[in-house]
Amino acid sequence: MLKLENVRKVFHPGTVNEKVALDSVSVTLADGDFVTVIGGNGAGKSTMLNAVAGVFPIDGGSIAIDGQDITKLPEYKRAPLIGRVFQDPMMGTAADMWLEENMALALRRGKKRGLRWALTSKERKLFREKLAELGLGLEDRMTTKVGLLSGGQRQAVTLLMATLIEPKMLLLDEHTAALDPKTAAKVLELSDRFISQGHLTALMVTHNMRDAIAHGNRLIMMNEGRIILDVAGEEKKKLTVEALLEFFQQASGEAFANDRALLG
Amino acid sequence: MGILQAILVSMPGAVAQGLIWGIMAIGVYITFKVLDFADLTVDGSICTGMAVCAMLIAAGWNVWLAMLAALLAGMLTGLVTGLFHTLLGIPAILSGILTQLILWSMNLVIMGKANQPVNAMRVPLLVTRLHLTESILILIAFNLVLIGVLYWFFGTEFGSALRATGCNKNMARAQGINTNLHTVFALMLSNGSVALSGALLAQYQGSADINNGRGAIVIGLAAVIIGEAIVSKISRNFIVRLLGVALGAVIYYIVYQIVIGLRIPTDLLKMLSAIVVAIFLAVPYWKKKFAKPLRKEAPQNAET
Ligand SMILES: Nc1ncnc2c1ncn2[C@@H]1O[C@H](COP(=O)(O)OP(=O)(O)OP(=O)(O)O)[C@@H](O)[C@H]1O
Ligand SMILES: [Mg+2]
Repeated sequence: MLKLENVRKVFHPGTVNEKVALDSVSVTLADGDFVTVIGGNGAGKSTMLNAVAGVFPIDGGSIAIDGQDITKLPEYKRAPLIGRVFQDPMMGTAADMWLEENMALALRRGKKRGLRWALTSKERKLFREKLAELGLGLEDRMTTKVGLLSGGQRQAVTLLMATLIEPKMLLLDEHTAALDPKTAAKVLELSDRFISQGHLTALMVTHNMRDAIAHGNRLIMMNEGRIILDVAGEEKKKLTVEALLEFFQQASGEAFANDRALLG
Repeated sequence: MGILQAILVSMPGAVAQGLIWGIMAIGVYITFKVLDFADLTVDGSICTGMAVCAMLIAAGWNVWLAMLAALLAGMLTGLVTGLFHTLLGIPAILSGILTQLILWSMNLVIMGKANQPVNAMRVPLLVTRLHLTESILILIAFNLVLIGVLYWFFGTEFGSALRATGCNKNMARAQGINTNLHTVFALMLSNGSVALSGALLAQYQGSADINNGRGAIVIGLAAVIIGEAIVSKISRNFIVRLLGVALGAVIYYIVYQIVIGLRIPTDLLKMLSAIVVAIFLAVPYWKKKFAKPLRKEAPQNAET
């Protein structure tokens, strides 16, 4: 499904700020893989997801989805293949536009945008049903500006928008990190539901080791731009937070540098 | 003639000018409010519209064709700014300033000299000072048609994607929207409108002058701000807002005429408009600054 081969990304090359964010990362995801990604601050987790989404060009290697090489494709052309939810709840929606207008934009991901109406009454009905399934009462607020929704509501909406047109890949980058624990749990539960219902292939970055173990069928740990651990199946189910921390300490020779990892 | 009477007599002219600038202000609204792009091209493109229209009318072109040509020339100026920004990665403000400079030269090239008369003797003009009532009616029609077309356009898939581009580029790209294309298009649409208003202005004042566009952005912004202030309490509807912008320009010119009537030196007027615009732009910033810090999770019904 997703294939990264020797992907390399260097920020500010040739300057004192040069930073190798991804150092020859290779990983292959099978159809339906739900992979959780952990690692310390600056390990390259977001950079990896952004490389897949095409936020910036990479400096080496290749990325393919479903056999299609997308390495050179601009971000907006990859969008039909990729659904995304960001860490910042502000980032995934257009705050000044109505909830239904946002949904209508998402419904046209990958389609030609012409001079037909941006939103039809038939679509409104569909959105109402979909929003009702979230169980947040948003179906009655379709003409509310998204900017007036709470962070959790916005993340739930972004998730819904990311999967409205079924993507080949779902990229979740710490999408519950900005939420309070109760809301985070709700959004996480929705993510699980969407992924299993749609049999989606997903990458989910989280700073919470417990969540990383509890969700998905595979776990990747990153450090300094490399993947240092990749476990799946039964082996993953047996993981413990303590074992992960110890592994990290041995592999990197330092304590786990993500201050948020032990919260949760 | 008393001051009051003089002011009253000048009102129809003020309304006509305000309506012309209303079209310009709607152009500014597209970039400044919808696209969230402070486009300084307009100081040049309004003059381009005047220059193209003046020269073509002098060459005996039909006035409608001359105005169409002005509109297309304006769109071209927007294209230049758009490509500076999207293709060459030049910051928004600087892109506009660069095009503005290019246009300063281009406008002189088009006109051949700094000032060109627009003569109503050669070709029947659409708007003139001599037929104020007809001119005002025609200008109202222009404003309404433009507002109608824009209302329709921003309700389409393409227009909606443009609004998303202005609102949140990250989101837009994640939803497969080519934000560069939409940015360029919005700049073309905006500067096309601005040049059209220039073409009308050249006819109305009977000349095109290289200095006419100077500070146009401030008048446009002032109209946008006045318009928002008037209608924001009444309706959030897009069509009402656009009407408000056109109305804002008319109010601006009525005030302008009163200031002239009161013999306040008009040289100071540009400064006054700039100060007014600065104050209005500062208000939302200061409001935000002193607003209570938001909690992470807003209450269930956060809207008021
Ligand atoms: N746009 C950028 N410009 C310059 N450097 C960047 C940029 N994005 C990331 N980096 C750098 O690349 C490295 C990897 O960053 P990345 O955001 O991928 O880390 P992360 O694993 O997501 O960390 P976190 O847990 O803090 O989110 C960091 O050193 C970071 O400073
Ligand atoms: Mg990150």
